[in-house]
Formats: sequence, C-alpha cells, structure tokens
Amino acid sequence: MPNNKVIESFAAAVADIPDGSSIMIGGFGGSGGQPTRLMLALRDQGAKNLTIIGNVAGISATTYYGWREGPDDPQPVDQGVFFASGQAGKIICSFPVPGTTNPLSEIEKAWREGKAEVDIVPQGTLIEQIRAAGAGIPAFYTPTGVGTPVAEGKETREFGGRTYLLEHALHADYAFVRAQKADTHGNLQYVGTSRAFSPAMATAANVTIAEVDQIVEPGGIDAESVRTLGAYVNRIVQRESGDPYP
Amino acid sequence: MNPKITTDPAPRLTRTDIARRAALDLPDGGIVNLGIGIPALCSDLLPEGVELRYQAENGILGFSEMDTKLDGDPNIMDAGGNFPKLVPGMAFFDSVESFNLIRGGHIDVTVLGGLQVSGKGDLANWIIPKRGIGSIGGGMDLAANAKRVIVAMEHTTRDNSPKIVNECTFPLTAPECVDEIITDVAVIKVTSDGLVLMEAAPGWSPGDVQAITEPIFAVSDAFTEFRTMKT
Repeated sequence: MPNNKVIESFAAAVADIPDGSSIMIGGFGGSGGQPTRLMLALRDQGAKNLTIIGNVAGISATTYYGWREGPDDPQPVDQGVFFASGQAGKIICSFPVPGTTNPLSEIEKAWREGKAEVDIVPQGTLIEQIRAAGAGIPAFYTPTGVGTPVAEGKETREFGGRTYLLEHALHADYAFVRAQKADTHGNLQYVGTSRAFSPAMATAANVTIAEVDQIVEPGGIDAESVRTLGAYVNRIVQRESGDPYP
Repeated sequence: MNPKITTDPAPRLTRTDIARRAALDLPDGGIVNLGIGIPALCSDLLPEGVELRYQAENGILGFSEMDTKLDGDPNIMDAGGNFPKLVPGMAFFDSVESFNLIRGGHIDVTVLGGLQVSGKGDLANWIIPKRGIGSIGGGMDLAANAKRVIVAMEHTTRDNSPKIVNECTFPLTAPECVDEIITDVAVIKVTSDGLVLMEAAPGWSPGDVQAITEPIFAVSDAFTEFRTMKT
C-alpha cells in the first residue's frame, strides 16, 4: 500500500525530526487550523535548534487570541511552546508579539534574553514566499514593504513607475498542517477559516504532516472538495475523538 | 498635571466617536478590512442602511456580526481573533487568496490604527522603537495596496505630543499611503499639496487643532464641525 500515509500516533509522526530542522506551522494563529497535537508531540520529542515558520506566532498563550474562554475550554497553546522549551532559536513570522507586554509572551521573553532571532515579515510576503517555494518560483517582486525596514538590503525594481521589492521563496524541512478530513492518499479537506497558511505550506516542505479529525478511504472526500492534494502530503495522523483542542 | 486639561478648548471625542466618524466614510457595498483597536469598532457603528463585505486576512469575506468568545466557533475567526457569525453569501479561502485580494488592490477601504502619520501620508503603526519588537501582520500589505487608507487614532500621545508629524520618527508601515486621518479632534485629508483640515470636534477651532498638529495644514472651504456630532 504505497499510498497509505496513515501514521498511528503524533509521537511516531514526528519521531525522526532531527535537530536543526525548519518547521512550518499551518493555520493562521489562534486555535482553529493550528496543528496543536503535532506541535505538542514535537515539544515532547525534544529536537533542538529549530527554526519555526508561522504567521501569528506566539500571542494566544497570553491573550487568548482566537481561543474560546469558556470554563471547559483548554488553555491556549501557541508557537511560544518551542521557545519556552528552549528548542527553537529562530522564528520567521508576521506577528510575533501582542500589543501588550504584560504578561510577556514566551517569544518576546526569549528575544529579550538574546535566545531567539525573530524575523518579522509582512503577512502577504510570507505567504507568497511559501507559495513560491511550492510552485517552483525562486523569487518575486512585491510592492509591500517598500520604504520600510523590511526593504533594507533588498533589491528593488520599477515596473510601470512603481517600486517593487525582490523577495525570495521560503522552503522548510517539515510542514505541520491541520485539516478536517484526509483520505488515505493524503488529500485534505478544510473547514471555515482553518485553511489560512496550511495549503501553501503543504507544498513548500520536504515532509508534510497533516493532523486531521477524520481519516477516510479514497472517495470519502468528494474530488470537488479536495483543497490540498495528497501529492503534497507525506504523513497523516488522526486525532482521538473528543480531543479538547479545536 | 495633565496637559490636556490646561490646553484643550473642549473635551476630545471618544474612541467610539472616532470609529463612528470613520464608519461614515465606508462605501455601501464595499469590501472593507478593519484593523485592530479603534478601526474594529466601526463595524457596530455603520449608518443605517449601509452594508459592507468585511474581509479579514485569515481567509474570510462577507461577514458582519460577531459571536461572543465564549461560544464562538474557532474555525470561523476573523484576523482580530474574534468569531464572526455565518451569514449568507460569505466565503472562506486560504492566505494566498486573501493576499491576492489585498496586494492585488481589491480592497476598497482599509481602516488602520496609527502611531504616527506624516504630512505626506506616511504611516507608522507597527513598532514602538523603545520596545524593539513589533508585529507587522497584514498591515504593510493593506497600507501599501488598499484603494483607500483611513487612519483612525488619537490625535496625540498620552503626553500630548503630536502623532501627526512632519516626518515619522518610528519605522514606517508604508510611505505616502494615507488618504484620510480621523482623530478625537479632527478629520484631516491628505492631498498632494499637503494636509487639509475638513472637520473639527465641537468647541475646537482650526487653530486649536493646529496647536497639537506638527505639519501646517490648510483649512478646507467646506470646513465644518465633526459630521457625526451634528443633528
């Protein structure tokens, strides 16, 4: 069964990730669309010197951003877990810190202590860098960031009288994505706003691992509804039913 | 001593007043992206009969009302981390599509917060240099590429220093991008000839506004009291 990509546990799905890996974390930030179980499994696995690539990276744990606050809802988890654990030395994201510094988020704490490099990228540039990597485009021009600190040291070029910045594709060793449903070929279907960065990230990594609510046989996802092609997905793990994380 | 008490000719308006005035300039039927803070308040303050299609960076177009955080669906979120209600005609999409909309110039109006705006319409709103770390999010893409950029903010800092300045001293979000500034004392248009004062809060003369605004502005022939404050 060469097409069967189902892995039995989250721990097994991340077991071979070596020190020094770059990891894309799908979703937007907030609980919906975040591959929370894969993140916690990688934290428990302990790989070090990681580079994390995400969008809204580390604000939920202190602000409840995108998490429900009901009495039965779980405590927020965000990409700060890899900085609290000392596993990550660098993050590439668009939104590393909340407006408030009280309490201080894990990423800002690590940054202040000189333990974390934080590369802040405009969100539209970050997603296009990832899309380009998956699409075989090495670099592209964007109007965003011209005349700002983002442009420092970057090539610019005029098209039609407007100035554009040259930005490069961004690959990763692993991508963690979160979808509602997978078939055993790895075709993915998403729900609501949980797509966000996941479909593009799935195309831009050497190994893409999908965390899903349900795994079905081929045909269990209508071919019209496949959003991420199984061609991009290497491993699939199904959550336990009743998992408290969204 | 609070300098506001000693120098202000009349009370400054509230954050809600700023948002209500900004909401007046949102085009019926338009595709609108609201930033966090004061801009987000606009959605509850639209003039009667006006309907907008809100877009949020995380991949949603066409929402209007919010659920409370306690019972919202985490898979139906806006970019501010709030949970919109499902309405007919809305659409979900991924971040590539979302920034096709934004970078491609398909957003009619964005309302953004501001730390500083220059006389040329430069916007700085993502990082306070003293803190040294900040968040760009979708702000640079919106500021550089939306068809129209409105900045909704307080007119001065807490110590009464101007936030509308000759040159931004904070790192920019985008140069020469702002079309209109709406504050707790004034509505100011950014034109190729410089700033033009359009409206002022009740009890505020153009001179009162100029006293807390660094660039010298022109006063419009159509200058009037804040339009939302008139009956």
